[in-house]
Amino acid sequence: MAPTFFFYLFSVVLVLCAAMVVSSRNPVHSVLFLIGAFFNAAGLFLIAGAEFLAFILVIVYVGAVAVLFLFVVMMLDVDFEQLRSGLQRYLPVGIAVGVLLLAELVSVLVGWHVHPAATAVRFAPAPAGVSNTVALGELVYTKYILLFQAAGLVLLVAMIGAIVLTLRDRRSSRHQRIAVQNARVPGETVELRTMALGGGVPVADILRPRLTQPDAIDDDPLEPTHHGGHHPADAHHAPEGR
Amino acid sequence: MSFWDTDPGHLILVLAEALALLVPLLIGVAYLTYAERKVLAAIQMRRGPNVVGPFGLMQPFADALKMIMKETVIPSGANRALFLFAPMLTFGLAMIAWAVIPVNAGWAIADINVGVLYLFAISSMGVYGIIIAGWASNSKYAFLGALRSAAQMVSYEVSMGFVIVSVLLVAGSLNLTAIVEAQRTVWFCIPLFPMFIIFFISTLAETNRSPFDLPEGESEIVAGFFVEYSSMSFALFFLGEYANMMLMSGMTTILFLGGWLAPFGILPMLGPVWFVLKICACLFVFIWVRGTFPRYRYDQLMRLGWKVFLPASLLWLVITAGVLLATGTLPVPA
Repeated sequence: MAPTFFFYLFSVVLVLCAAMVVSSRNPVHSVLFLIGAFFNAAGLFLIAGAEFLAFILVIVYVGAVAVLFLFVVMMLDVDFEQLRSGLQRYLPVGIAVGVLLLAELVSVLVGWHVHPAATAVRFAPAPAGVSNTVALGELVYTKYILLFQAAGLVLLVAMIGAIVLTLRDRRSSRHQRIAVQNARVPGETVELRTMALGGGVPVADILRPRLTQPDAIDDDPLEPTHHGGHHPADAHHAPEGR
Repeated sequence: MSFWDTDPGHLILVLAEALALLVPLLIGVAYLTYAERKVLAAIQMRRGPNVVGPFGLMQPFADALKMIMKETVIPSGANRALFLFAPMLTFGLAMIAWAVIPVNAGWAIADINVGVLYLFAISSMGVYGIIIAGWASNSKYAFLGALRSAAQMVSYEVSMGFVIVSVLLVAGSLNLTAIVEAQRTVWFCIPLFPMFIIFFISTLAETNRSPFDLPEGESEIVAGFFVEYSSMSFALFFLGEYANMMLMSGMTTILFLGGWLAPFGILPMLGPVWFVLKICACLFVFIWVRGTFPRYRYDQLMRLGWKVFLPASLLWLVITAGVLLATGTLPVPA
């Protein structure tokens, strides 16, 4: 009784959410409805007894993928009036493509014959006495190990591709080099001097490392010359300024 | 078949269990805010709240009353529905995660097979409350805070996932009760000590606690994602943060500190008491860290997550699996 009720509840809400994804005017609302659809799909998995898949769906799609969608969509400034401006012109083409896809779907569904052996396996529950995490693992890591590894490889290639496309080593941006920072010793950076009373600061021989190499200054944010406008020119005027 | 096995009876039973868990939890959250103020005060050599009630013990309730009496201000450009939905989501997620936490052997509302995955899924959804709040507020500071937190929480989840996988390898189950039972001989914080440290620091980042509280960063972006919130909607965020701290401490306790198991077998019948004491110890470290460390800069935070924790947890995962396989101590025979 309860599973049937929840099956219809999740299914109806899932379809409604999916409809709202494509029909809502605000793209952020679209993504939130998409998340609702993911949730209901996870609920359907739970009813089918596939709790591992259900939670993986929530972790991967809701917890990571949809966050990035939301991240991007929130920062977009989409002008929907502009997007809709060509509606009249492209409507015939759109309808033609839609009808074609619909016809293909109908022809596939009408002519779909499931092999009797496949039907027997299709609704097979997880083997008794084994939780479905274990059941899945035993299949994926033994019988389908090659496919599993190939899928992992595809993901790796996609990841490397994304990194290659987006990673630019910009000379102008400043990086913190922790190793350089940690390798510094007080002797390189700080010098203690005994000052003569009322004698001012002797400017000429203050220790200024690497000032003579203009390339190094741009890269290193820790260079003392960058802090608060202590340019050499200012330093020369400092004693008079007091 | 007794009444409690029927559908309505079971429903009533589960509701009663949820109530029995949530009421102490909410009181615990209230007193966690008090404990934080007292501990911080002690660290800074002050007295902390000491006016309302004996030792200031009624302070949390006075604060709650103040929050309830205040007016809820909704900014004119805000998306009203989402603006009000975000704090409810944050608070609700922090509460529903407790459904699978076993307080003692068999004392969980839902002792499901994939309890760890459930906890991980719920904690990874915590970011939505913050993003939605930041976007719906229609304020640049709130939005900046939301963007920061989205990147931060997604980044630290990755290394948390690897830590959890290595615990699962050693325990041989995704069920939380089984994970605790697997620590009868030795708590996992000893053989997996580096993972324990990585996990704890990641929970600091995951709950947006200091030193990783950049989403709020009051010195740069005012108060970050909840700058526009007031009265009860603010209180829900506030309580949600503290409930999340307790949840993460509970997770740390179950995964690494042996859950309800007694240390050295002292008074093993006091399981729930040990569980609560371990959570309190974790919470104390949360507060201690807040009182001790300065806030990370954003690029340092990202560097730590991706360039230190991710490779370290991946390496330790491989080492764990290798050692288990080489010594033939895999919990489930390969």
